[in-house]
Amino acid sequence: MANPLKIIRIVAWILVAAVSAVMLVVLLAPEKPKGLAIGGPFTLTAMDGTRLDTASLTRGKPYAVFFGFTHCPDICPTAMWELSEVLRKSGDKAKDFRVFFVSVDPERDTPALLKTYISAFDSRIIGMTGTVDEIAAVARAHRAFYRKVPTPSGYTMDHTATIYLFDGKGELWGTFDTSESEDNRLKKLARLLGN
Amino acid sequence: MSVFLRTAALSAALLVVAPVTAIAQHHATPATPGIQLHMPWTRATPPGAKVAGGYLTIENKASAADRLIGGSFEAASVVEVHEMAMDGGVMKMRALDKGVSLAAGGSTELKPGGYHLMFIDLKRPLKEGETVKGELVFEKAGKMPVNFKVMSIGARSAGHAH
Repeated sequence: MANPLKIIRIVAWILVAAVSAVMLVVLLAPEKPKGLAIGGPFTLTAMDGTRLDTASLTRGKPYAVFFGFTHCPDICPTAMWELSEVLRKSGDKAKDFRVFFVSVDPERDTPALLKTYISAFDSRIIGMTGTVDEIAAVARAHRAFYRKVPTPSGYTMDHTATIYLFDGKGELWGTFDTSESEDNRLKKLARLLGN
Repeated sequence: MSVFLRTAALSAALLVVAPVTAIAQHHATPATPGIQLHMPWTRATPPGAKVAGGYLTIENKASAADRLIGGSFEAASVVEVHEMAMDGGVMKMRALDKGVSLAAGGSTELKPGGYHLMFIDLKRPLKEGETVKGELVFEKAGKMPVNFKVMSIGARSAGHAH
């Protein structure tokens, strides 16, 4: 008859091996790719006051998304101006290209204010605002960061200043960095548009 | 700094500045010892914009450090001293409660992407080509008048060739 201690020892070793195998499988299993999608279509209130589903406007064409706000002295107006120049110089090739300027300051950025503000830039840029929760959801989907920061006279916003570029399938294709040259942006946009 | 040193520094500064002031009396710019302002500019604003940034280079020729603590701008209700920084693709902005320190003998640039004046609650849009009056307030040098040139809406600098 086998020694009971020996049996226990064998069983224990089998258990250790089984647990190790399970842990190895869990640790080495590849990440599921479903968590990697960035962006995607969204519905917010456009600057003309109507609800707008971005997918209904882009219809399988490339587009861009920028998170900003009108009480922004530097990055937002210069980014929109530079983008307007890129769109103008891209001309007809980019006639269906749309840029969604999503306000991270929906408390102050009413559709009417956005419309007035965006009128200084290219007509392919569309101001979008919404409720605090709606903006938070769109920002989350884009992994965009924003935060209210108090100042002596009120508040300002920290925010992701990257311009997101999406292809016709609505998948993240690339970005415009804030310090990127116009020449580089023109080349990128031409590539995105397939010209 | 001791009172003696400060007095000595001030006297020295006055000795240097006094003759210059006498010569410069025909010019409208009042001479404030030590601080010199170069190329003050701002940008044209999109309609509806309530804020704008003010930029310039401040040269502190005095023998003591000074501090830019605030100012005023004809076309805005409030002026604050802010700092902007890009941090991993995120634009961050902070109000500087203590202002911007100006090292003795140094030159400090207020420019896009860094230190700047924040013109808050604009009373009207700023138009390219116009000049808007303002005033800067320094801890030691006191108040100094300044004229901001309004550059284009997308300007990244004052764009002067010289």
